[in-house]
Amino acid sequence: MSVVADRERHVSAAVPGRLLGWSREDFVAGLLVALLCAFLLMSIALPLWALLSKSFLNARGEFVGLANYAAYFANPILVDSLFNSLFIAALSTVIVIPMAFTYAYALTRSCMPAKPFFYALALLPLFAPSLMSALSLVYIFGNQGFLRALLFGNTIYGPIGIVIAQVTYTFPHAVLILVTALGLSDGRLYEVADALGTSKRRVFWTVTLPGAQYGLISASFVVFTLVITDFGIPKVIGGQYNVLATDVYRAVVGQQNFEMGAVVGMILLVPAVLAFLVDRVVNRRQVALLSARAVPYQPSPRTSRDAGFVAYCVIVGFLVAAALGVAVWASFIQYWPYNLTLTTANYNFPRFEPAGWSPYFTSVKMALLASIIGTAVIFTGAYLIEKTKAFPLARGLAHFLAMLPVAVPGLVLGLGYVFFFNAPWNPLNVFYATLTILVVNTITHFFTVSHITALTALKQIDKEFEAVSASLKVPFWNTYRRVTVPICLPAILDIAVYLFINAMTTVSAVIFLYGAHTKLASISIVHMDESGFIAGAAAMATMIVMTAIGVKVLHILLDRFLLGRFQAWRKR
Amino acid sequence: MTTPRKADQAFLRIEDVTKRFGHFTALDRISLQVSPGEFVCFLGPSGCGKTTLLRAIAGLDLQDDGRIVMDGRDVSRAPPAARDFGIVFQSYALFPNLTVAANVGYGLVNRRWPRRKVEARVAELLDLVGLPEQGTKYPVQLSGGQQQRVALARALATSPRLLLLDEPLSALDARVRLRLREQIRALQRRLGVTTIMVTHDQEEALTMADRIVVMNQGVIEQVGSPTEIYARPATAFVADFVGKMSFFEGRLSGPGRLSVAGIELGCLDDRGLATGSSVTVGLRPEEVRVRGVEAGQPNAVAVRVADLEYLGAFCRARLLTREGNVPILADFSANLMRDMEVALGKELLVALPPASLHVFATPIDALSDEEAA
Repeated sequence: MSVVADRERHVSAAVPGRLLGWSREDFVAGLLVALLCAFLLMSIALPLWALLSKSFLNARGEFVGLANYAAYFANPILVDSLFNSLFIAALSTVIVIPMAFTYAYALTRSCMPAKPFFYALALLPLFAPSLMSALSLVYIFGNQGFLRALLFGNTIYGPIGIVIAQVTYTFPHAVLILVTALGLSDGRLYEVADALGTSKRRVFWTVTLPGAQYGLISASFVVFTLVITDFGIPKVIGGQYNVLATDVYRAVVGQQNFEMGAVVGMILLVPAVLAFLVDRVVNRRQVALLSARAVPYQPSPRTSRDAGFVAYCVIVGFLVAAALGVAVWASFIQYWPYNLTLTTANYNFPRFEPAGWSPYFTSVKMALLASIIGTAVIFTGAYLIEKTKAFPLARGLAHFLAMLPVAVPGLVLGLGYVFFFNAPWNPLNVFYATLTILVVNTITHFFTVSHITALTALKQIDKEFEAVSASLKVPFWNTYRRVTVPICLPAILDIAVYLFINAMTTVSAVIFLYGAHTKLASISIVHMDESGFIAGAAAMATMIVMTAIGVKVLHILLDRFLLGRFQAWRKR
Repeated sequence: MTTPRKADQAFLRIEDVTKRFGHFTALDRISLQVSPGEFVCFLGPSGCGKTTLLRAIAGLDLQDDGRIVMDGRDVSRAPPAARDFGIVFQSYALFPNLTVAANVGYGLVNRRWPRRKVEARVAELLDLVGLPEQGTKYPVQLSGGQQQRVALARALATSPRLLLLDEPLSALDARVRLRLREQIRALQRRLGVTTIMVTHDQEEALTMADRIVVMNQGVIEQVGSPTEIYARPATAFVADFVGKMSFFEGRLSGPGRLSVAGIELGCLDDRGLATGSSVTVGLRPEEVRVRGVEAGQPNAVAVRVADLEYLGAFCRARLLTREGNVPILADFSANLMRDMEVALGKELLVALPPASLHVFATPIDALSDEEAA
């Protein structure tokens, strides 16, 4: 057999060279992990540290202990904002959770028709800046609103408006979590309950609700945090009603009072960190709840129940769509509500603000950069953390830092960036107000979710691929390129689209970081609204939504056709 | 414990290899030598350290202590790529997005061979594993057994001098497993490649290996040919893990003399233990003799059939000695069952051949039935 003879020709070929006592592969892996750690230290750890230390320093940079905090709590107006924030967040949570639970229940536990349509309808607000629903509310219930009479003399500019807008904005987030929680159910439990002759009501209270309890807890915390840290909605529709988020903005942008901004930032960090910790605990329990032998629940048709759920979903879905749709519609109206002829005049942005259309293009450019660079950094980083063996401590540090951003609200992250990147001693301050810092900030802001998506995809791949490659003397970067990336292409696309959409819609972090030439579309909305050009604001918001939805549609088409045609190996 | 071999003969030398995970010692000063062209099996229950040892040889998980010498070269700290081996995993680990041919040729590509040469080599290897003409398919289009043969071809493509197999058959159906077992063995003989296979399946080890390394709790219990391991187990663990054995308590009443619940028995090997010491006596069920046993004959014991378990080709009987009610397992062929009219409660006179009585110093309660877990 020639196989035997062949051996002589390439005995132990290609022993890789060594650098500084490491093999070449370990050297490259170590270098990349070090770069990742450096990036994360700079983009998340140090800005957070800057924020933390700032809250203990006075304007001249001297350590003053808790004096800033004491000053904060001594100011009755600021303390009022704190209670306002807590009240708004609690009320919004109490309203949105039962609403979203019923919706998610209909999607997972009934046989109603058009489930994908209703699911998509509920998720619509994810494609818009949070303040878009506030703009719609202004059109509906504002001073010129056609349903203003429904408020019986109350004003929409204040807690009522904030809560309604927040409910719309947080609804898809709650639905996403609860659909997952209700989807993880053991059908056998229902069959057992049925066999024991249990009433439907009792099954709901003893099987369904306990099964979804962790999802409910997690969703509640997420909604509470989103509301308390959201900036766009109270800015547009808050009127004279002060909340923490608008306080930070006023303290930092208006009064240049950075110390007070830092204190409020730290206060905003509390619910977010709490939500993060609860979510971690809950996630672990949720997984443990479902054994590997569980059989997914299959709902059986029941006409009356299914019809009821369709009615509910039509109403709620319609309201959610209306919260975006009215702003879209109004952006094409000549003069609301007196002249309802259609026009594109409101898209002539130079009429409303000096920067004209350029914020939109800056946003698209920023979103593209954040999406491409972010996906490359995050996926490669997750690969290094999950699949390489060398430098376990550095990889552990990188993973820890990658998990941090989800616990940091955008507003707080933005503040940290102000304190860190705008500091006179920092050589990196040349980046302040540039597109670079906006891209880095956006990647960091949405790092964790993308990181987890990448890790999940990587964990599903056979863990021996790297071992096989090593035995065949193929360096890991070849296997990364030839095997790992093609296999994970769907997850990579998910991450890219997630980053793009969030980069388009985010307001909170970047509001502190833009410069004269790097104003973003979402910030332009805030400015136009401030100057009373609400139609222009609605038009810009519409541009963002259209772009975000366009990219999502493109994503779905790519997923379906491209992956179907060029990745035949996925099918049997 | 190691079978002594001349150092220059060994292809692979493992010296005092130790690996700890926190407080758990996975490998405790393991030493072993493997000759060129040999087929060695690491056999043991899960968690015994066999896979850890294999991964240390491959350089995938470095040992904390000890040396590994491959073909005269110390590779103790070398990364996998600097060692010369091919590896096959239980999960096949085939790249799903590459065709069968691209999988097999994966390690050849960065040798800068001309394309034609790579193609020829791939075709040759696919032929070798009995999968000609399958090169354009994707792994998912093949059966489990076929996928594992592709993985084997890929591991052999670069003509490594050492082939490592990590439970390669465990994920396969029983029938496919039997066939692939023979194919791997035949291929290994033909190529003469030194091979180490990890398995927890004793039958696999007994049928395939030139030498078996039985491992337990991070140490080597015994190294030997399949017949040695089966017929002369060095420890009670090996006796218990490889094949079936019934154990009972006894005492050495003199050199080569055993006393079990008052029954006097002769045995060939008392391992030089002192007279009077308590021992565990082991006996394989198929060694119990029934035909032609007469009263008064040495090692003849009167028993009663307490239980019968039907196993198709034979029956496994649980016998109780008339004296002392000592339980002994015995395998009776269908033939013997008929001839001797063996039935529940039947009184028999059986012989326990002195050569088949294995004496171990290990106390009987130290033998747990972890094997079942």
